[in-house]
Amino acid sequence: MLEVIDLGCLRGERRLFGGVSFKLMPGGLIWVQGSNGSGKTTLLRTLCGLTQAMAGTVHWRGEPIQRLGEDYRRELTYIGHANGLKEDFSALENLRIAAQLAGQSISREAGVEALQGSGLAGREHLPVKFLSQGQRRRVALARLRLAHPRTLWLLDEPFNALDTRAVADMQHIMENHLAQGGMIALTTHQDVDIQAADTRTLRLDA
Amino acid sequence: MMQTLRYVVFRDLLLAMRRRADVATTLFFFVIVASLFPLGVGPDPKLLRVMAPGILWVGALLASMLSLGRLFAEDYADGSLEQLVLAPEPLTLVVIGKVVAHWLVSGLPLVLISPVIALQFDLPREAMVTLLLALLLGTPLLSLIGAIGAALTVGVRGGGVLISLLVLPLYVPVLIFGAGAVDASAMGMEAGGHLSILGALLLLGMVLAPWATAAALRISLE
Repeated sequence: MLEVIDLGCLRGERRLFGGVSFKLMPGGLIWVQGSNGSGKTTLLRTLCGLTQAMAGTVHWRGEPIQRLGEDYRRELTYIGHANGLKEDFSALENLRIAAQLAGQSISREAGVEALQGSGLAGREHLPVKFLSQGQRRRVALARLRLAHPRTLWLLDEPFNALDTRAVADMQHIMENHLAQGGMIALTTHQDVDIQAADTRTLRLDA
Repeated sequence: MMQTLRYVVFRDLLLAMRRRADVATTLFFFVIVASLFPLGVGPDPKLLRVMAPGILWVGALLASMLSLGRLFAEDYADGSLEQLVLAPEPLTLVVIGKVVAHWLVSGLPLVLISPVIALQFDLPREAMVTLLLALLLGTPLLSLIGAIGAALTVGVRGGGVLISLLVLPLYVPVLIFGAGAVDASAMGMEAGGHLSILGALLLLGMVLAPWATAAALRISLE
């Protein structure tokens, strides 16, 4: 369970948001909304521990995430604005290296399978610099298709640059993850309807 | 834990393999800088022999710095640095992996080519062996210290120049004891003292630098 208590963040001198509190239970989805610059990305980065909060705390299973450190990071997958792909590596190499570093080592076959599921069949061995923006996004999101996914997914604009078919595919994967007791916090401007046991909306620009 | 270290080293070496031109730049820079001096100051062997230790070490310092910009900047730009920081292992481990890869790619080639360069300066055989040993102890230290500077300047515009200002003063002890060792050896004296100090500095750097680099990276990523 992820519990956020009275979280507040600064960006430079300006107060981005304050007093954000919510609970995310197994199977729960939280939808972070707000206009550009309202702090959605900062909130997600704070949730995964990349940015320090100015006020408030983030608890995971009842413990502050700073104290948990690696034990918390072992249970989360963060996919940010940037895809985190190396242009000189192939899609398969990128996926396998990212999985290894996240402690989710996978075989070649599992990697190929995840990429084919993402609609990248025949492009597994192509250096990422030859892929389009949408295809790069698919490579980054292929991590969510691996077996034994992390419990908590923090996704920053996951549907960016994806076509409608890929969005529907991702939606399906997220619903599966939630049905198995996973948790998702995401930001998006697209209108996507994800079925979850517990869906909440958090508006940042109040 | 060791596995993560291996993955990081493997990743960075593979990346270097894909961009061989970048790796060659460092090496050729060292060779060219060291070769310019005999052309500039004239071919007097006595003069060259006296200047050799200093020139070779300054060359190594500058060459090592040339490649520092790549250590974290590209990972930061494409977002993979965030993923490295979020890996479920201590960040110091990731940093050690990156420093090891950096040394293998930009430090080790300098060590290996240094005897050839030393020939240009007519260094005696004893001094050549000392140079090799001193560089072997000194270049990893350059990578370790440089990583702190590279981490502090991640995401800063014009970080390349700033790294030089931050890191070059910290390189001074390595330069003094590294060049001192070769100097002593060229004059027929014992270089053990200088080498021991370099070794001690290396141990100190191995303990403190990855920790400082990890802290700097966390701050830069905020």
